[in-house]
Amino acid sequence: MTYTGGEFDVIVVGAGHAGVESALAAARMGCKTLMVTINLDMVAFMPCNPSIGGPAKGHVVREIDALGGEMGRNIDKTFIQMRMLNTGKGPAVHALRAQADKFSYQQTMKETMEKEPNLTMRQGMVEELIVEDGKCVGVLTKTGTRYMAKSIVLTTGTYLRGKIIMGELMYESGPNNQQPSVRLSEHLRELGFNLVRFKTGTPPRVHKDTIDFSKTEIQPGDDKPKFFSYETKGSSNEQLPCWLTYTSPETHQIINDNLHRAPMFSGLIEGTGPRYCPSIEDKVVRFSDKSKHQIFLEPEGKNTAEYYVQGLSTSLPEDVQLRMLRTIAGMEKVEIMRNGYAIEYDAMVPTQLWPTLETKLLPGLFTAGQINGTSGYEEAAGQGIMAGINAARKAQGREPVVLDRSQGYIGVLIDDLVTKGTNEPYRLLTSRAEYRLLLRHDNADLRLTPIGHEIGLISEERYTVFLDKKAKVEAEIERLRKAKVHPDQVNPMLQRLESAVISNGSDLLTILRRPEVTYSDIENIIPTDIQLDEEMKEQVEIQVKYAGYIEKQQAHVERLKKMERKKLPEDLVYDEVRGLAMEAKQKLSSIRPLSIGQASRISGVTPADISILLVYLEQFNRVAAARG
Amino acid sequence: MISDTIAAISTAVGEGGIAVIRVSGPEAVSEVSRLFRSGTPLSEAATHTVHYGFIVDPDTKEKLEEVLVTLMLAPRSFTTEDIVEISAHGGVVSVRRIMELLLKQRIRLAEPGEFTKRAFLNGRIDLSQAEGVIDLIRSKSDRAFSVAFKQVEGDLSRRIDQLRQTLIETLAHIEVNIDYPEHDVESLTSLFIQEKCGAVLEEVERLLKTSNQGKILREGITTAIVGRPNVGKSSLLNALSGQNRAIVTDIPGTTRDVIEEFITINNIPLKLLDTAGIRETLDVVEQIGVERSRTALNEADLILLVLNNGEQLDDEERRLMEQIQGRQSIVIMNKMDLPQKLEIEKVREFYKDELIVPMTVKEGEGVDRLEAAISSLFFEGKLESADLTYVSNVRHIALLHQAKRSLNDAVEAAQMMVPIDMIQIDVRLAWEQLGEIVGDTAQDSLIDQIFSQFCLGK
Repeated sequence: MTYTGGEFDVIVVGAGHAGVESALAAARMGCKTLMVTINLDMVAFMPCNPSIGGPAKGHVVREIDALGGEMGRNIDKTFIQMRMLNTGKGPAVHALRAQADKFSYQQTMKETMEKEPNLTMRQGMVEELIVEDGKCVGVLTKTGTRYMAKSIVLTTGTYLRGKIIMGELMYESGPNNQQPSVRLSEHLRELGFNLVRFKTGTPPRVHKDTIDFSKTEIQPGDDKPKFFSYETKGSSNEQLPCWLTYTSPETHQIINDNLHRAPMFSGLIEGTGPRYCPSIEDKVVRFSDKSKHQIFLEPEGKNTAEYYVQGLSTSLPEDVQLRMLRTIAGMEKVEIMRNGYAIEYDAMVPTQLWPTLETKLLPGLFTAGQINGTSGYEEAAGQGIMAGINAARKAQGREPVVLDRSQGYIGVLIDDLVTKGTNEPYRLLTSRAEYRLLLRHDNADLRLTPIGHEIGLISEERYTVFLDKKAKVEAEIERLRKAKVHPDQVNPMLQRLESAVISNGSDLLTILRRPEVTYSDIENIIPTDIQLDEEMKEQVEIQVKYAGYIEKQQAHVERLKKMERKKLPEDLVYDEVRGLAMEAKQKLSSIRPLSIGQASRISGVTPADISILLVYLEQFNRVAAARG
Repeated sequence: MISDTIAAISTAVGEGGIAVIRVSGPEAVSEVSRLFRSGTPLSEAATHTVHYGFIVDPDTKEKLEEVLVTLMLAPRSFTTEDIVEISAHGGVVSVRRIMELLLKQRIRLAEPGEFTKRAFLNGRIDLSQAEGVIDLIRSKSDRAFSVAFKQVEGDLSRRIDQLRQTLIETLAHIEVNIDYPEHDVESLTSLFIQEKCGAVLEEVERLLKTSNQGKILREGITTAIVGRPNVGKSSLLNALSGQNRAIVTDIPGTTRDVIEEFITINNIPLKLLDTAGIRETLDVVEQIGVERSRTALNEADLILLVLNNGEQLDDEERRLMEQIQGRQSIVIMNKMDLPQKLEIEKVREFYKDELIVPMTVKEGEGVDRLEAAISSLFFEGKLESADLTYVSNVRHIALLHQAKRSLNDAVEAAQMMVPIDMIQIDVRLAWEQLGEIVGDTAQDSLIDQIFSQFCLGK
């Protein structure tokens, strides 16, 4: 028996980091939104490490915030440690990383969602999609409820045919022993989707009171924490330290002695695991010359004794896990609270998606997060907000929003997925971005807040603050450019900084470009009315100091944009394009790029193929124009 | 409008006739102007006019070629962009030299069929010809592709691969420092980057030098015969070139300052410099002769120093030996029929025995010994041109120049303590530029390198 449980604009299946951003974005854009999830206690659950951010990932959180998403605000409320990484390097790679109180992170996010007026939350297991006239129009749950909508977003994480593996033990399960979603996976195959099997893993959690911290090194947070959200102006959160220790030769011995019981090597695991997040057994085998590996002990929250053992992801059997843990300095008497495990799951081949994250096969169906072959909370959330935005735009009959590779790490992530696909769980790295210097942690708002405002996720109030910041930064740079100075106005300062003195007049902008001069050294040389806060000063300094490098990359971007603006028709029949090489025909037909730019990034498509496409496109357009 | 400026040799490659290089794009006029000396500056010239002048290397100020330049301004040109066509004397060598210079400017080598493609995209060619354009691109690309791969097979591509390996290891190291800041990999110092990039830079410069060696093989080993008047230079030249050969003379008003003559010794081409100067001997004012010798000396890959066995060394000759020390050089002890007055010990301070060739040029005595000395110098690898890894492809040379620039920028930035993630931009650029030579620019290989080189993960 089935019955109709309601009609919505947008349905989001899943409530992990992708699901919550999708649902919130759609609801806040004015769509009547339903979020269905297997277990409502698991909203925004962190099944692995208790941290958010770091290089590239932290950038994504800033971008989500600049677009009007929730992750940044939520972690700012619930962090138990905040650290700015890479401060010794250039501003583009400064990266904020927070340790989260896992429990309050979840609780706070759930509260936010519950208060969202357009959002309905419902516990239930979606087993099938409802398809009419080749379009996805709803979902069917295990209890027989049919929910109908104009767009549907699947964010099923690692639940699809999930399987937990630990030593010789293997059982069907979602993360942390949650119910897996088996029927939906079958159903997606029946609909014609191409799925792959991926694997990831998590380390054991141990009891704080059984750790001897005196044998480890303390890793405190920053004295003056910075925040992810542009809205957060301060915090009274108390910070907890993490602790650093190392594996020992004995640890490695135990692992080597038990490799025959490791599912990675015994053949029990069929899914492809990520190279960037190998299990400890993998590390010991592949890097056998390393005598020790770092282990970070991270609190999972304020009100729990559980500690996450970062660096020790494993699927070895329980008894081996305990024995190897006890060979680590400070952990001689440690007690395990939860075992480490590997988890296998089904994921979509992401080249089946348009850059909007809508599936090519089934209009109206969007997918986001780990189901698309990524791993990581931030990667999931970044896709989540974009899928939510585009699902809402589709429901409202508006044009989709696609970020390109020069606009954000989110653009890089999605373009990589839908253009190149991935043969392992995909993690963002700053090195995946061509324009790292433009995609900075500090300028996410300049890049994306105008878009967030335009689509209705950034309030007028916040937008006004943003415009004010932008105007002041520009005005100050202009002032510095025009601020002519005599040698005697700046030479004492330059001498103090051991910088070469000037003998002719100069301007403050030129002087600020010197590596040893900072904004605070020159800001008061000529008095000004422009009042800047710390964030604005930082912006002025970065924009002035790195102008040369920034301009170099900007020139590249201009070229990229030209290619991106040349649109390819969705229904172009590549087999009929004369002159294209066979490999190019196959790749182009399967990926169906939306622009010449995207086409040029497909592996196997050569510059000659691109030239031919350009000519074909011109021919196509002229014929179309002639027909009127 | 397509925004960059492209160039290609538009006539069939070969000797004879004239050759035309076509440059098209918004920078065509300004960039060619940097190389072209003429009565009316190109930037002020009217469209569809022809100009006589010289191609001059803007760095060395060397006059390379006498050319005619035709100007066709947008939109009244084949591509509808600004077009500059350079007509040069035929011959691969001169045309390639001009191309190399052009590609050092803000001009890139045109892709196969690109002029026609632009003509089409800019509406200059009508629709019925579109398929022809496609066929042209396809066939030219396929041919260029197979040729390009033939050219980078073997030693050159192996060397480029080694350089790229060094760069990618350095890049992976930089990336790990950025993406895994808390990981216990050794943190990267700017000194490390300087060392690695410096080493690659040196090798790129060495390869670029071999582009000159490639030239040597095509154009001959530039050889200067030097010595004081009447020592027998003229006779030596005649002995080497054979009496029957016509000698190009220095006709007043021609463009060349140095007269060249080609001879072949055991299949080694020698380009003899300033033969006119040698022939003039006593007739010319001493001053001019000295100056000519200097020029010849500076340009030469091989120096043949002729001494008189029957006379003692003079100050000028001692100075000369000191000056050319370390260069590829052979000394000829001429006039062995005279009683020996030459201080042979003094000469031995500068020359090894096998590089001292006794001759009596007038009698044709010892020519075989000289030929043997030159060819042993060549085949034993003492002349760098014996190294057969050389870069000859104009595109490769242009890419090597670009890589050199990027590496220079990286090294300079490292010296100035610029943050590593910015130095990375230039290192990566160099890696990509070198990759274009061997046809490999896959971005993913960097990620592969990171994870195979470092043990990472949570």
